[in-house]
Amino acid sequence: MNIALANISWIEPMVKIAKGDDVAHNIQVIIKAIGVPLAGILVFLMIWHAAASNIETSLGNFPGPSDVYEQAKGLIAEHYEERDKADAFYQRQEERNAARLAQDPNYEAKIRPYTGKPTYFDQIGTSLITVLSGFVLASLIAIPLGILTGLSPTLNAAFNPVIQIFKPVSPLAWLPLVTMVVSALYVSDDPTVPKSFINSMITVMLCSLWPTLINTSVGVASISPDLQNVSKVLRLSFMTHVIKIVLPSSIPMIFTGLRLSLSIAWMVLIAAEMLAQNPGLGKFVWDEFQNGSSDSLGRIMVAVLTIGFIGFLLDRVMLSIQKAVSWDKKADIR
Amino acid sequence: MSVILDITSCGIEFQTPKGSFRALRDVNLKIKKGEYISLIGHSGCGKSTVLNIVAGLLQATEGGVVLNGKEVNEPGPERAVVFQNHSLLPWLTAYQNVELAVKTVFQGKKSKAEMKEWIEHNLHLVHMDHAMHKRPDEISGGMKQRVGIARALAMEPDVLLMDEPFGALDALTRAHLQDSLMEIQKELNNTVIMITHDVDEAVLLSDRIVMMTNGPAATIGEILDIELERPRNRLELADDPRYNHYRSQVLQFLYEKQKKVEHIADARKAKGDAKTKVA
Repeated sequence: MNIALANISWIEPMVKIAKGDDVAHNIQVIIKAIGVPLAGILVFLMIWHAAASNIETSLGNFPGPSDVYEQAKGLIAEHYEERDKADAFYQRQEERNAARLAQDPNYEAKIRPYTGKPTYFDQIGTSLITVLSGFVLASLIAIPLGILTGLSPTLNAAFNPVIQIFKPVSPLAWLPLVTMVVSALYVSDDPTVPKSFINSMITVMLCSLWPTLINTSVGVASISPDLQNVSKVLRLSFMTHVIKIVLPSSIPMIFTGLRLSLSIAWMVLIAAEMLAQNPGLGKFVWDEFQNGSSDSLGRIMVAVLTIGFIGFLLDRVMLSIQKAVSWDKKADIR
Repeated sequence: MSVILDITSCGIEFQTPKGSFRALRDVNLKIKKGEYISLIGHSGCGKSTVLNIVAGLLQATEGGVVLNGKEVNEPGPERAVVFQNHSLLPWLTAYQNVELAVKTVFQGKKSKAEMKEWIEHNLHLVHMDHAMHKRPDEISGGMKQRVGIARALAMEPDVLLMDEPFGALDALTRAHLQDSLMEIQKELNNTVIMITHDVDEAVLLSDRIVMMTNGPAATIGEILDIELERPRNRLELADDPRYNHYRSQVLQFLYEKQKKVEHIADARKAKGDAKTKVA
């Protein structure tokens, strides 16, 4: 898969210049492909810098690009520091256990886990796992349900009002309900996954269900009547009809829905993590806000950029999958 | 030969928002095994409706269709249809499109190897063996229609139904396909009902031409027996007085007895209505 290459249009002219083909023209192509977006970013950074130095907050100046860069470096350094500490912790335990074993061969060695605070990268990891679980759960419900409502106008008429009412509900409204229900139902002395994770995941699921459901339903309902007639003449069974005719022909619409769902899931996740205290990027932002040090705003800005960048990457991954499974290779998918 | 398909006083009335609309009345037709029948008539006269009733895609409101002693109530592979716009699944190759039909019809009756052979045999019959692993968007319109015919033939239907199979093709491709079809017909001797707009096509291919009156409430106007010996050759027939006689009889029916004058806008509207009815 060419996730990153999908949007890199300057590699081909680079190669051509290296070969000595039509150098002047290809340099122009590169300037267009790299230079113009680069200029856009530069202008944005200048405006950001100028605006930031004019905004006074109780936590000092609003962070400009250079502050954010420093904070990003700090967060990376903290990550390595924390990893070193963990390594040292395990090493100390091993040494101690070895010493105990040498004295007493019957001693049962125990390794205690390191309980230091999660680093920024751990938090990114938690966020990704949470959003993907919620998204997969939502898709597992939305695609089959969308196929059923797409196939049956009666079912569609029955479900449509419910879908239309729940679609615009904010994650912040769902979360208290989800929290109470999960607390009541998910009772365990030694939970394998923390409640905060379940709460965030279910909230993400509830909010990201709808685009996939609606798009799948529309895609299935608009299958060409000719293909339906083929299915009728062949007397295909319901399952064969769904697998051989319905699913392939609605794949483009299903993916349109999935991509919308994933971007909604990612947006919702940050809010859900803030309230549910799931140790991901949302909690990071919230903790920094509560912390209120002079670095906080800069660190939140790092999170903002990270969230944006990961959101972009997630969409690119979906796009690549969509291109890989699409049967219509001529379709302009973007 | 014995009658295989019996259409008896068939009629159909569509319920539309503007009240009921009678498309067909009192259609009677007995078709013998191995016969090649063409349905011809002006657009909107209910040719497709007759075919769809035989296919089981539409239900007649009066009368009915009996095939091999059994009444037709629903679609089925023993009445395979070749659709006007090929209707191949665009995500499957030519081979896979035929395979879907063969697997469904011969499940448990043929082994895997036999199925493979049968699929390839049918694609060979329509001269598509060279491109059988290409998808529909990679082959021409004529080739797609060949695959559509192969898919229908592969179901070993009792009656092969063709809804303007060559209507969307250019004249040269159409002639090629007609010749191919005559070759296949010589070998398999299928019972065929074909809808056509093309008088030459009807005379060249058919044993009988069924000419339909104009709708609404269309029915069979005249039936013309074509007693030209097979194999038929389009070049030799071009100068044959009998051929030209048949041809002029069909033309007379269409343009004198059933003369149709309508505005272009009305024709478009009628076509749109007919489509929504089928869907």
